[in-house]
Amino acid sequence: MTAFRAALSRELLVLWRSPAEIINPLFFFVMVISLFPLAISPKPETLALIAPGVLWVAALLAVMLSLDGLFRRDQESGVLEQLLTSPVMTVVPVTAKLLAHWLLTGLPLVLVSPVLAHMLQLPDRVLGVVMLSLLLGTPALTVIGAIGSALTVGLNRGGILLAVLVLPLYIPVLIFGAGVIRTAVEGGPVSGVLAILGALLALTASLGPLAVAAGLKISSGN
Amino acid sequence: MVWQTLKRWYHMLGSPRYFHTFSSRVLPWLTPIALLTLVTGLVWGLAFAPSDYQQGNSYRIIFIHVPASSGALMGYMALGVSGLVAVVWRMKMAEVMLKAIAPFGAALAAISLITGSLWGKPTWGTYWQWDARMTSMLILLFMYVGVIALQNVIREPRQAARAAGLLAIVGVINVVIVKYSVEWVQTLHQGSTLKLFGESTINPAMKYPLLISMLGMWLLYAVNVLIRARSEVEWRERRSKWVQTLIREGDK
Repeated sequence: MTAFRAALSRELLVLWRSPAEIINPLFFFVMVISLFPLAISPKPETLALIAPGVLWVAALLAVMLSLDGLFRRDQESGVLEQLLTSPVMTVVPVTAKLLAHWLLTGLPLVLVSPVLAHMLQLPDRVLGVVMLSLLLGTPALTVIGAIGSALTVGLNRGGILLAVLVLPLYIPVLIFGAGVIRTAVEGGPVSGVLAILGALLALTASLGPLAVAAGLKISSGN
Repeated sequence: MVWQTLKRWYHMLGSPRYFHTFSSRVLPWLTPIALLTLVTGLVWGLAFAPSDYQQGNSYRIIFIHVPASSGALMGYMALGVSGLVAVVWRMKMAEVMLKAIAPFGAALAAISLITGSLWGKPTWGTYWQWDARMTSMLILLFMYVGVIALQNVIREPRQAARAAGLLAIVGVINVVIVKYSVEWVQTLHQGSTLKLFGESTINPAMKYPLLISMLGMWLLYAVNVLIRARSEVEWRERRSKWVQTLIREGDK
């Protein structure tokens, strides 16, 4: 537990001192969303129709892009090697890292999402559901993406490969995440779909860090 | 008894060298059997099976479509199992299998999608629908592509195999979730109006050629995997004595 807390505070500190890594995904999220009214149509009814999908696809891409360099700095500086050879199980620092990463890149997306949902003409009564769906969904996206990031950490041309590996894995979260908002817009009961989203989060949060740790071990060649 | 025999086979086939001699004994008769079965099934299905009372002759694409789909699905399951063995027990042959299984499976997934859309046009009036089965097959193709891409990009072959193995394991879970998620979302909004085909209501005159072509496709897949695995084994063990002798003296 102390190892976890130490790792968490380290990761938070490191991320906090490179604010670009926190702000860039957020701006990417806002910018991608603002492209849709310009590209498709600024008509309120059209926007409200595509809004759930647009919000979710933008969030998904933002999370994925933020993950490209998740382990790169640690690998270049040799910290990763230390983690893998230290007596603490790799899962512990990995979980701390994922949590820190989500807190500083995923959570801001969740917090800003009501504003963007409002700009996309979604009714005010669903803003809570939008936030809740992203709150459950983005940590799952972070963990799943981290698996891809761990597998490609040693490669120079990781970026596009990361997308090829990770995007198919994101599809279930995307389906239910956007599905919740759509259901809420239509006035249907959302608790069931939210529960499924929660179940996906529980599955990824419990098994994901193990896969990430295994991926890191494979990438480092031991 | 059976268990003991299976266990012995498992360990023997885990040895690259034994696998190599074993496959060179199996391939000469498995290859003609596979081709013969597939051709029998296809010719029977395409030329002699009765035409459907509703779909006429267009249904005959099922004799390619269904074997390809089932082959793609089974191939991915095999990929997941090999991945598990490669990641957990680091067995060399499982790593070889990971590399051998993927390409044919990806090709079958693509064939399944193409034939499916060609079949969809005359029967449903559309090439593509975001139906549960079609979508999950598309995702399956993406997962195959991911496994192949990851294997190609990592230099060290053992490391590449284990990385791809881990991805294959995650992918198996994902494919299952995708399948149900698409079905659930559909039922959430509108009932699925598409039934691909009623399996129980299929006419025996169509069922037998279908089963034979499926069997033929699976056997062909097995042949393909064996051939690929053989060359992969030869390459990986190229510095070993037995491969050196093989190169000098030729196969047999």
